[in-house]
Amino acid sequence: MTRLSEAAVAQINEICARHADEKTPLMMILSDIQKEYGYIPLEVQEIVSEKTGISVAEIYGVVTFYSFFSLKPKGKYVIGCCLGTACYVKGAQQIVDKFSELLDIAPGETTEDGLFTLDALRCIGACGIAPAVTINGKVYPKLTTADVPKIIEEYSSLGGAN
Amino acid sequence: MSKVNIKIEGIPYEVDEGLTILEAAKICGYQIPSLCAYNHGECSQGSCRVCLVEVKGARGLVASCVYPVNEGMEVTISSPKAVAARRASVELLLSNHSMKCQQCDKNEYCELLYAAKVTGAREDMFLGAKTPTTIDELTPSIVRDTSKCILCGRCVERCKNAHGKSVLGFEKRGFNTIVAPAENRSLDNSPCILCGQCVSVCPTGALMEKSEIYKVDEAMKNGKYVVVQTAPAVRAALGEEFGMKVGTPVTGKMAAALRRLGFNKVFDTNYGADLTIMEEATELLDRIQNGGVLPMITSCSPGWVNYAEFYYGDLLPHLSTCKSPHEMFGAILKTYYAEKNGIDPKDMFVVSVMPCTAKKGEKERPQLSRDGIKDVDAVLTTRELAKLIKRSGIDFTRLPDEDFDNDLVGDYTGAGVIFGVTGGVMEAALRTAYHALTGKEHGLIKFEEVRGFEGIKEAGIDINGTTVWVAVAHGMKNAKVLLDDIRAGKSKYHFIEIMGCPGGCIAGGGQPYIKPQLMPNEDLDIIDTYKAKRAAALYSEDERQTVRQSHNNPQMTALYEQFLGKPNSHKAHELLHTSYEAKEPFKD
Repeated sequence: MTRLSEAAVAQINEICARHADEKTPLMMILSDIQKEYGYIPLEVQEIVSEKTGISVAEIYGVVTFYSFFSLKPKGKYVIGCCLGTACYVKGAQQIVDKFSELLDIAPGETTEDGLFTLDALRCIGACGIAPAVTINGKVYPKLTTADVPKIIEEYSSLGGAN
Repeated sequence: MSKVNIKIEGIPYEVDEGLTILEAAKICGYQIPSLCAYNHGECSQGSCRVCLVEVKGARGLVASCVYPVNEGMEVTISSPKAVAARRASVELLLSNHSMKCQQCDKNEYCELLYAAKVTGAREDMFLGAKTPTTIDELTPSIVRDTSKCILCGRCVERCKNAHGKSVLGFEKRGFNTIVAPAENRSLDNSPCILCGQCVSVCPTGALMEKSEIYKVDEAMKNGKYVVVQTAPAVRAALGEEFGMKVGTPVTGKMAAALRRLGFNKVFDTNYGADLTIMEEATELLDRIQNGGVLPMITSCSPGWVNYAEFYYGDLLPHLSTCKSPHEMFGAILKTYYAEKNGIDPKDMFVVSVMPCTAKKGEKERPQLSRDGIKDVDAVLTTRELAKLIKRSGIDFTRLPDEDFDNDLVGDYTGAGVIFGVTGGVMEAALRTAYHALTGKEHGLIKFEEVRGFEGIKEAGIDINGTTVWVAVAHGMKNAKVLLDDIRAGKSKYHFIEIMGCPGGCIAGGGQPYIKPQLMPNEDLDIIDTYKAKRAAALYSEDERQTVRQSHNNPQMTALYEQFLGKPNSHKAHELLHTSYEAKEPFKD
């Protein structure tokens, strides 16, 4: 198993300590780690387990239950394709498939250069502008498959993987 | 406790407040089919929906395993609506089940199959996709097959309670949910201690022991000299597999059955237990008198040894270096016994029948073989022995009582017998340690303080004016308390007994299943009393023995005089002692 740097271990310990007095600290700890690092690998879960006394299996269960948490690093640009009912009937599946095809990754995966992550989401509450896609919080309304190459190009040209 | 008045099927009953409908109904004489609920709420997810009943005034049907009784409640179990709902619940579970019942080693004890039978569920009512399957057979002890898992959560709860930090957990979401170690790894690549408690509680064949019956078959086929030994706890439970009441000792019938199965020699591991005591008591006295590492902790339970290696690497010097009884016996069989009888140890095949799944892993430890010859070659659980007997057409209940073989080795004392229950190793060791220190036998023989099922027991034994402090813990959750004290430098004990399974070996992961629904002839509270009943079977055998201290076993004296020299001698160390190594909880 790969080992974490001392600085990372110290920081995770610090995050755990931050929530030590809470009755059910796990969600807060994981949430802070997710925000800080962008993902929560098993090595990190082991440290959280040591600090909280909660088993790794249980922590892993929580991490894999909530889609907010991630086991792998996410790309610099996270493409969230809404697959809620409204977007779906407006052709969202084709949008996801197009992103998937052009980036050569399946939903949930990240491109090798670390630039893009493709996520398939449930309803994001933007049914009026279906099908909708968000990229790092910016919303793209009423997309067609023809728009997809342009959007990828837009971010690729910004470049600069993490 | 205050009472409430309820009606079931229109008949009034007075029951304890705080019970669930399921529990109350059971006391009133109704058995509502249920799957996820187990052992008084040890597991009560209310997730399987098999125990649905109608409650007057409630919205929809309620899961009786989680719904508490209250004053004036009117419950209907047999209404067409409830019957149909329970059947549909089981049918939905079956729709995501592998349905290989014929080949499933657990079919006789499968609670899902039973629920399907009593609810009248049909297997092909709901056809559709199935959750992707993982079959993990990498550990030497346990097989995990998610295609048979109904996600009841019993194993997860039991693992939490026995192991302390659950190795198994629910992971992923919705249709993809599985119960697994983190990352759906193999148990072999997790901090699983192989205790098999999860196997004991699994209602289906999703968790089972890894059978080694084929190894025994092969050894016999290849003309090996096949020797079998059985652990003390096996005799206290084997009868259950043949419809005998829980707590019926079957020592004599078991010996008779083993002989009829074609083993060349049929021995009792109790001999090994006596030997363990000779070595362990000597080691303890040596540590006390010569400033060795204290407290010394027993090392008979391989589940516990695994746990120590995963989580308490720094405390390994506290573990007694003694091998466990069956390993000691194996080593003696392949040296002393083989030599005296002119058998090439390479041609000898030692089979241990154990109440334990972790013993299957233990025998694979490199520290437990010499020159490529393992001390023990195969380990069968109590359940596997029952299978072997049934397969061979032996009518177990009608067998005569026979004795174990005891030429040269095999004699045993009452001290060896009680190894199978929490506190037993301690008690056996105290009987011998007392004698070694004072030259006298302890007048009482019984050390009541270390008996019973309290999570942690302690006693101060006065020996020649010095108080020897001892403690006994079973289940890792309890052991952890004592271990953390040692780590913090505030343990007052000299000697600690730790067993991996709650209750000790009598409730080991390889023992016959306790499934109250499938045991109509047992007491209603069998889930609470089976440990005590099995323990009583062992204590009564101890009392029937004329010799009850390991050091008074005449074959021990002979073994030391003719072969080993004295306890903890160089030769004894070479054959009967072992070493431990800290392990990473997750290998890679």
